[in-house]
Amino acid sequence: MAHVADKDPVSGVDTTGHEWDGIKELDNPLPRWWLWVFYACVVWSIGYWIVMPSWPLVSSYTKGVIGFSQRENLIEEIAAAKADQAQWLDRIKTASVEEIRADPQLLEFAMAGGRSAFAVNCSQCHGQGAAGSKGYPNLNDDAWLWGGTPEQILFTITHGIRNADDPDARWSEMPKFGKDGLLDAKQIGDVVEHVLALSGQDHDAARAEAGKAVFVEQCVACHGDDGKGNIELGAPNLTDSIWLYGGDRAAVTESVVNARFGIMPAWGLKLDEATLKQLAVYVHALGGGQ
Amino acid sequence: MNLVELAKAAEVGGSPVEQSDAAAVNRKENRPLYKGREPIYPKLAHGTFRRLKWIVMAIALAIYYVTPWIRWDRGANLPDQAVLIDFPARRFYFFFIEIWPQEVYYLTGLLILAAFSLFLITALAGRVWCGYACPQTVWTDLFIMVERMVEGDRAERIRLAKAPMSAGKLGKLVLKHGIWLLIAMATGGAWVFYFADAPALLRDLVTLQAVPVAYITIGILTFTTYSLGGLMREQVCTYMCPWPRIQAAMQDDESLIVSYKDDRGEPRMPFRKGQDWSKRGDCIDCRQCVAVCPMGIDIRDGQQLECIACALCIDACDDVMVKIGRPKGLIGYDTLLNHDRRKRGEATRVRWLRPRTVLYAGLIAVVGLIMLIALTTRSTLDVNVQHDRNPLFVKLADGSIRNGYTVKILNKEHATAHFSIVFDGLPAHEVSIVGYEPGRTTGIEVAPDRLAAFRVFVAVPADSLKSDLTDINVVVRDEDNDREARSSSIFRGPEK
Repeated sequence: MAHVADKDPVSGVDTTGHEWDGIKELDNPLPRWWLWVFYACVVWSIGYWIVMPSWPLVSSYTKGVIGFSQRENLIEEIAAAKADQAQWLDRIKTASVEEIRADPQLLEFAMAGGRSAFAVNCSQCHGQGAAGSKGYPNLNDDAWLWGGTPEQILFTITHGIRNADDPDARWSEMPKFGKDGLLDAKQIGDVVEHVLALSGQDHDAARAEAGKAVFVEQCVACHGDDGKGNIELGAPNLTDSIWLYGGDRAAVTESVVNARFGIMPAWGLKLDEATLKQLAVYVHALGGGQ
Repeated sequence: MNLVELAKAAEVGGSPVEQSDAAAVNRKENRPLYKGREPIYPKLAHGTFRRLKWIVMAIALAIYYVTPWIRWDRGANLPDQAVLIDFPARRFYFFFIEIWPQEVYYLTGLLILAAFSLFLITALAGRVWCGYACPQTVWTDLFIMVERMVEGDRAERIRLAKAPMSAGKLGKLVLKHGIWLLIAMATGGAWVFYFADAPALLRDLVTLQAVPVAYITIGILTFTTYSLGGLMREQVCTYMCPWPRIQAAMQDDESLIVSYKDDRGEPRMPFRKGQDWSKRGDCIDCRQCVAVCPMGIDIRDGQQLECIACALCIDACDDVMVKIGRPKGLIGYDTLLNHDRRKRGEATRVRWLRPRTVLYAGLIAVVGLIMLIALTTRSTLDVNVQHDRNPLFVKLADGSIRNGYTVKILNKEHATAHFSIVFDGLPAHEVSIVGYEPGRTTGIEVAPDRLAAFRVFVAVPADSLKSDLTDINVVVRDEDNDREARSSSIFRGPEK
């Protein structure tokens, strides 16, 4: 298209010939600095294509002469971080849980590692704050079914509870007193009142007295003469305020009738020793450790 | 007219004043939008304001270069540099003041003070900051001084610029740019000393042991100082700096500004010996005011965006007025209102106390007072309490309710301190601090100049809580010194 010179009478500048509603576009030159920055960008981009990965190919891409790769940088950084952590993890592997807790540096490392391992592996059941929920113990409190010393916690985490995968798993099984017909309805009602009495809740004194005989006969083997439980068998203390499945009449009745059978995986089959120890240290430090 | 003609004209008139052909290259008509920059060759002025500018320049440069080398004893293990911005340790030291990152509001206060001071001085006397104290002005002035020393004054510099390249010209150019680069490098070099121990850093810099960021910073500042002060000069003020645009809002008709008294100067005409001054203005159009202007404008055109109020045209004009026997002050600090008053034949006056200036001064006083109070009552102890959010509370086997807290104690003293922690507002309770035996709440140790975080568990017996939410105060008391800090928090329990 032939360009017809058309000068704007006011500014004396050529117009582009484009006109909108009587307004013509001036053909002013680009600012010099802008133009030079633009040229510099063009030169820069050509250099960039050569130096850096840039052009997509069919199944690959141009790698650039310096071979820069964010993915490989990440792999290297992770490897470097792992190497940095290795000295600590090696010490944790060889140390006992008590030794870890006694060394401030190891403790700090174990707490950080334990926190992140807990979030990944444990929080699904026990909750992000380890407060648990019905059937999943609160790990912050001072009631421990299988013991709350660091070593006991480590054992529980490593082998789990009532799982079929680890022969060393913590194991016990409460009889289904109602479902299997071991006790009749009245006996169950009586023993429930007795259990409520043990933990100082409102109860029917006469029935509780009657339930005491049932308790002595059926329950003391695991829960103990005084009902304070037995950590060897994971039998809960029935006299305290902590109830894994609820402590009211209905919940206790359900526990006696159907029994409870909580399962925890054996994390020793999945996690390495250092991680297990860090988890034990972390869980113990949540506030209830013994 | 060229120089020769002008010189002849001056001879004819018998003027005792040198006539300049200086053109105001940055006058509006002389500067179409797409015209390249025309170099300005400011002539050396002599007089009160030039002297004042030399003094301000010397003080400003001295403060900048000397400050990092001032020592200030703060005791063992602490930097002995009076002014130090310690990024790795996250501290700012300013003589007796030590500021932690969370106290950056002192810096905010300082910036507010600086802003209001600028407002006030601009309302009183226009762009004083631009003309005397702005780093751009100080360094440009310094660079022009070097240029003048190497190449000579205005006329010689113009001649040199027009001359074809020769060994002599090349030598002068190399010398000038060499000195400029040295100054620029010293500028960047002084800057980094504010961020590290100056003597140690200087040793490291010379032996090439310093951290790369020091060299990079020096390099960047060398480049910016050289290009802004040596090459770009007045363009920085005119095109890059936003302050001239803002300043218009601070000035009014009663601000003292550098201005030409056109009522007295016009009609301007060349000097004639023994003429009758009553028939003409005092301006003899010698253009000395234009020749000394570093901004390339003609002050006689009135107020202009480019004018940085450096007052050198006042010196140049006063010089001329003395020589031709007319009163000084044809160009001087004056208010726009006075210009009008003179035209109406009224007496002139300058009103320093105006609502605007009183307001600015008042704000400076208020902010300064607040900062002074904040600084003198600055606490060296701080406590911050975070209540555990998950779980909010834990029920223990005996039915008591336990809450977890993270208590952070900030000890800004330079000595180890021991604290007691009290949970105020709770019924009988047991406190257990992780790392200390249960029940112990005294002798909690915090290292000097450190923030220490403690995990704290507080248990309240069952049924002693009146509500599911109890407001409490955590009080931290220094056992050896008289200081105390408290922080409010809560104690959660089951819903009642």
